[in-house]
Amino acid sequence: MSHVKGMRCKECGREYPKSPIYVCEYCFGALEVNYNYEAIGKSLSRKKIENGPKSIWRYKELLPIDGEPTDGLNTGFTPLIKSRNLAKELGVKELYIKDDSVSHPTLSFKDRVVAVALSKAKEFGFDTVACASTGNLANSVCAHSALAGLKRFVFIPADLEMGKIVASLIYEPNLIAIEGTYDEVNRLCAEIASKHKWAFVNINIRPFYAEGSKTYGYEIAEQLGWRAPQNIIVPVAGGSLISKIWKALNEFHKLGFVSEVKTKIYAAQAEGCSPVVTAIREKSDIIRPVKPKTIAKSLAIGNPADGYYAMQTVRESGGYGAYASDSEIVDGIKLLARTEGIFTETAGGVTVAATKKLLEEGRISRNESIVICITGNGLKTQEAVYDHIGKPYKIKPSLEAFEEYLKKGVVQR
Amino acid sequence: MSARVRIPTPLQKVTGNQAEVDCEGSNVRELITNLDNKYKGIKDRICDENGKVRRFVNIYINEEDIRFLKGEDTGIKDGDEVSIIPAIAGGY
Repeated sequence: MSHVKGMRCKECGREYPKSPIYVCEYCFGALEVNYNYEAIGKSLSRKKIENGPKSIWRYKELLPIDGEPTDGLNTGFTPLIKSRNLAKELGVKELYIKDDSVSHPTLSFKDRVVAVALSKAKEFGFDTVACASTGNLANSVCAHSALAGLKRFVFIPADLEMGKIVASLIYEPNLIAIEGTYDEVNRLCAEIASKHKWAFVNINIRPFYAEGSKTYGYEIAEQLGWRAPQNIIVPVAGGSLISKIWKALNEFHKLGFVSEVKTKIYAAQAEGCSPVVTAIREKSDIIRPVKPKTIAKSLAIGNPADGYYAMQTVRESGGYGAYASDSEIVDGIKLLARTEGIFTETAGGVTVAATKKLLEEGRISRNESIVICITGNGLKTQEAVYDHIGKPYKIKPSLEAFEEYLKKGVVQR
Repeated sequence: MSARVRIPTPLQKVTGNQAEVDCEGSNVRELITNLDNKYKGIKDRICDENGKVRRFVNIYINEEDIRFLKGEDTGIKDGDEVSIIPAIAGGY
C-alpha cells in the first residue's frame, strides 16, 4: 500500500496529484513527494525494517512506489565499515566508511535511485527510460533497464572516462555522447524530455528517483545501531544526495527510529567545480554557476539544480564545506586504498580529501563520530590515478631476477 | 530584435500549447516583458516578486547560460534562440 499522498512544490507549497512531472507549473519550483507519515508511523517499525530484505526495499514504506518493487532487488544494504587504519592516520576516534563502491549491480550509489525510478516508471506505464549522466547514472540505468526489458536512451558528456563508457555500452543502450559539459547535456535533455514522452529518470521522474538516495542515509543510521552520527561528509554535484541524507535522518527521528539527530552535514566538492562549497564558505545565498574543470567528472556539475537545498542542508545542520584540488583528489583515493583496502572513484577521493581538510581546519572534532560517504568505484576512473601509482616491476622468469628485485625494488609498506 | 523562444512544457499552457514562439526584445528583461504582453502571466512564472529571474529557472541564449553573459541585461540579436529551462537534477 502506498503512503504517498501526492506531490508538493518545495517553493510555493502547491499540491499536485502523483504523476511524472517535476516542476511546479506556477513558480518552477521543484516538486517533492508528499508522504502520509502518520500512516507510515503506524505500519513501520525498527523490527519490521530489520526483518525486511537486505536491500533498499527494507525501507519500502518510505519510498514513493505504490505496488511491490520490481527493480534493484539486490541493491543497497552496502557495508558500513568501522575504520581503524584511516582513523589512525587522520587522528580521529570513531570513523566509518559507508561503502557504495560495492553497490549491486553497477558499483555506485546510483543503483539506489535507479531502482526506485524504474519501479516507478513502470507504474506510470513507460516503456522507455532515459537519463543525462556523468557516468554512474548511465551505467545504472543501462544495467537495470536491460534486466527490466525497457528501451533506453542515455546521454553523456563525450569526454567521460573509458570505464564509464564501457560499463554503459555493454548493456546495448542508445548511448549519445554530447560534445559539451554535463550542464549542456542536461539542458539538451530537458528539451528532449519535453518532446519525447520517456521516463527521464533525472528529469520527469526526478521527484521519485531522488527519494532513492534516502536509503543511503537510512542505512547509515540503522547500521550504526539506530543512531545518527555526529558528522557526515558527502560529495556534492547536483546537490541531491546530501539533502536526501539529511531528510532520511530527520524522517527516522520523526518516526522515533533514532532518538536524536545532532548530525552536522558537510559538502565535499572539487576545487575546479565548487559552486556549493564556495557559497557556503563565502556565506552567500547565491549559487553562482561555474564552468567545471576537474578530474572528478562525476561531480563536474557547474549549475547544480539542488545546490540551494544542499547549502540549506549544510547550514541547517551546522556543517560546512571543503573542496579538493586534482592532486588532493588523487591523494585521497590512494589514502583510502592504502589504509582501508577500498578503491574508490574520483568523487570518493574528493570526500576523503575534504574530510582531511575539515579536520585540519578544526571544523570537525576529532573526538566525534564521523561517516565518510564513498559513493563509487575506482575501477571506473582508472585514468585519474594511472600516472600516480607506479608501474609493475618487469622481470625475466628467473629466481635470480626476483631476488634482484627484492634487493632494490620492493615497496616498503 | 526578434528571437525564437523555446517554451518548456510547464509553461506551454500559457502559450496555447506552443513549444516555440517568436518574440521581440533588445535584451532578456525586455524579451520577458514582451512575452508577458503576448502571453499574460508568463512573467510571474519566470520571475519572482521583484521581477528577477527565479533562481531555479535557467535562461540560455544560443545554448549559453545568461549567468555567464550579462544576466538579464544580455543583449538579443535577430534570430537568436532563447531557451527557458527549469533546474534539472543530476549527479550527486
